Amino acid sequence: MSKISGSKAIVKCLKEQGTTTIFGFPGGAVLDLYDAIFHSDLHHILVRHEQGAVHAADAFSRATGKVGVALLTSGPGATNGVTGIATAYMDSIPMVVLTGQVPTKLIGNDAFQEVDIVGITRPCTKHNYLVKSTEELVPTLREAFHIAKTGRPGPVLVDLPKDVVAGACHYPEEEEINMASYQPNYSPHNRQVEKACKLIMEAKRPVLYVGGGVILSGANKELTELAIKLNIPVTMTLMGLGAFPGTHELSMGMLGMHGTYTANMAVAECDLLIAVGARFDDRVTGKLDEFATKAKIIHIDIDPTSISKNVKVDVPIVADCKSALAAVNKLFDDEKTFSLTDEANKHLPWFETIHGWSEKHPLSYCREGDIIKPQYVVEMLDKLTGGNAIITTEVGQNQMWAAQFYRFNHPRRFITSGGLGTMGYGLPAAIGAQIAYPEKCVIDIAGDGSIQMNIQELATAKQYNCPVKIAILNNGFLGMVRQWQELFYDKRYSSTVMDISPDFVELAKAYGAVGLRATKTGEVESVIKEALATDGIVLMDFVVSPEEGVYPMVPAGKANTEMLLV
Amino acid sequence: MKHTISVLLTNKPGVLSRVTGLFSGRGFNIESLCVAETLEEGVSCLTLVTKGDENIVEQITKQLHKLIDVIKVTDISEKAFVEREMVLIRVKAESHTRAEVLRIIDIFRGKVVDVSPKSYAIEVTGAASKIDAFIDILRPIGIKEIVRTGIIAMARSKK
Ligand SMILES: Cc1ncc(C[n+]2csc(CCOP(=O)(O)OP(=O)(O)O)c2C)c(N)n1
Repeated sequence: MSKISGSKAIVKCLKEQGTTTIFGFPGGAVLDLYDAIFHSDLHHILVRHEQGAVHAADAFSRATGKVGVALLTSGPGATNGVTGIATAYMDSIPMVVLTGQVPTKLIGNDAFQEVDIVGITRPCTKHNYLVKSTEELVPTLREAFHIAKTGRPGPVLVDLPKDVVAGACHYPEEEEINMASYQPNYSPHNRQVEKACKLIMEAKRPVLYVGGGVILSGANKELTELAIKLNIPVTMTLMGLGAFPGTHELSMGMLGMHGTYTANMAVAECDLLIAVGARFDDRVTGKLDEFATKAKIIHIDIDPTSISKNVKVDVPIVADCKSALAAVNKLFDDEKTFSLTDEANKHLPWFETIHGWSEKHPLSYCREGDIIKPQYVVEMLDKLTGGNAIITTEVGQNQMWAAQFYRFNHPRRFITSGGLGTMGYGLPAAIGAQIAYPEKCVIDIAGDGSIQMNIQELATAKQYNCPVKIAILNNGFLGMVRQWQELFYDKRYSSTVMDISPDFVELAKAYGAVGLRATKTGEVESVIKEALATDGIVLMDFVVSPEEGVYPMVPAGKANTEMLLV
Repeated sequence: MKHTISVLLTNKPGVLSRVTGLFSGRGFNIESLCVAETLEEGVSCLTLVTKGDENIVEQITKQLHKLIDVIKVTDISEKAFVEREMVLIRVKAESHTRAEVLRIIDIFRGKVVDVSPKSYAIEVTGAASKIDAFIDILRPIGIKEIVRTGIIAMARSKK
């Protein structure tokens, strides 16, 4: 077999792995690779900043479930990507990031645009590689894809020295990957499943607490089946939204710091907490000692390190959420000693209690006549898109209002930076999602602060005809930080006032997009309608009530039952 | 409590920094760490001693196992095990102390590995507690230099 160049081998391998689209930004160290891309039918999206490339690839993955791929040059290209890599790592998003590197013989010499990106990203990648020879390129890439998408997914970085890519190699036959040191476990232990079912049978007040793992493993059907079969109320983390239909009567919405009153009360009062693909993060649990104190806990997660990390668990099940839930469902279906209906009816009193909570304190906000309430904007977006848009968010209040007031009935429709909370995520993420689904409506719900962190990506959206919609909830503040200052620092708004922002409508025009503005409640609906009816990019600037807060809110360090309400 | 953990890992570049990075990044502590090749080509054995309560040690073993290059993690101290450490000590040995130093070395089954007019370099192997005792006894005589290997350990085979 004849040899091919390293760069051709990389492109061939990407295609073999099912990659059709990559997001990147060129530079000296990756010139060869870009030349190979030029000759191929790989769809390359040229971003305007490398952070945008990584976020877009990450969102492409979140929207489709496929492995996202980003390509960056060495040195500053690679370091610009680090925030994006850390963002994906915290939310367990499968991604392969290719970085250029100086030629092997210059590594360690402080060469031009050299940086030890493998060292820098070691703690924020699932794994990473420096490829030392051209023959190793393809096997390493295959391993990178394998690691990124199996087990608990995550980003994998492959650093590519210029001479390695320029060299020649044989293109090896694809074979099954078998790594002695990496063998994630998918199937649940039968005894643990039996124990879990027994606990579920005994419970009078069960709650399903659902995280992003359910979406990552595609277990939403199995989860929904279990919840409905046994009449178990469901609460979701920020990352879990969409895993269970948000409009279903069993959905209690999000839990935790800005969770619903109902969800937080239900978790505090439940006698069984079934955690699925969630990790008891501090934003979810509040004060740990007072989290779900009356409950036995079942924890299903593919990552053993997540289990008993923060909270002691009664029945751990280390397995893929989908197979574990399927096993639980099957056990209940096969069980002949009791009737499922009886079992479901048993929870009716509990359901009544929960209903009482949601009637007493539903998610709400005070209307103020003409002044636009940000929550209202999100409600209208929900209504006018029929809850069917793909929503990306920036970070802060905008993100929480999106999570609270847009009701997600399907997985992979809510794309947000949960674990890292990265401002500037939403716009490049919207582009990534739009590239994946050109026909779908994609909306970035943004703050006036965050949107400016990657606003340059408007040009990317324009270049590739991505008709993304951006809804800026413009409060003139770094709102979420301002809210903490209001509540805990006596309203000393230290460096959170953003009274100088660009004229977003004019800015949109400068980028060749449509800009719309609403300053009164009555204008919100027509602005959204016009935006949705417009073919291209639309930036909507909603001038909202400046000091609106996100409620409920559990103050840091407090128990989840000590919520501040509207 | 102290735990001695044995880790089998594939011998790839950077693998040691993955392990130490894990400990520093997650705030676990390392009391000692030793690593060398095993019989199997490309596989190294790393022995590390760490301190922490049950939960922390459980996290440590799980997190270690999660590293892609790690093949096997065993908390050796959960079962019966033997541990050994070696120390090289240069101690003052002048005419009036030479005899005493030699006597002490003998008691600890040590060996003199280098001699100079005013000092001995000594090699002693044993459990960490024995090494500590040896150092304590030599201290009043005057230790000039000391190098310890860190602990290596092996589970005892079942009888
Ligand atoms: C990159 C980054 N820097 C800082 C923060 C801290 N932070 C969290 S929310 C927030 C305010 C965001 O303001 P804005 O985008 O206007 O949104 P709002 O909260 O007003 O909706 C800040 C500064 C962050 N999450 N990310």
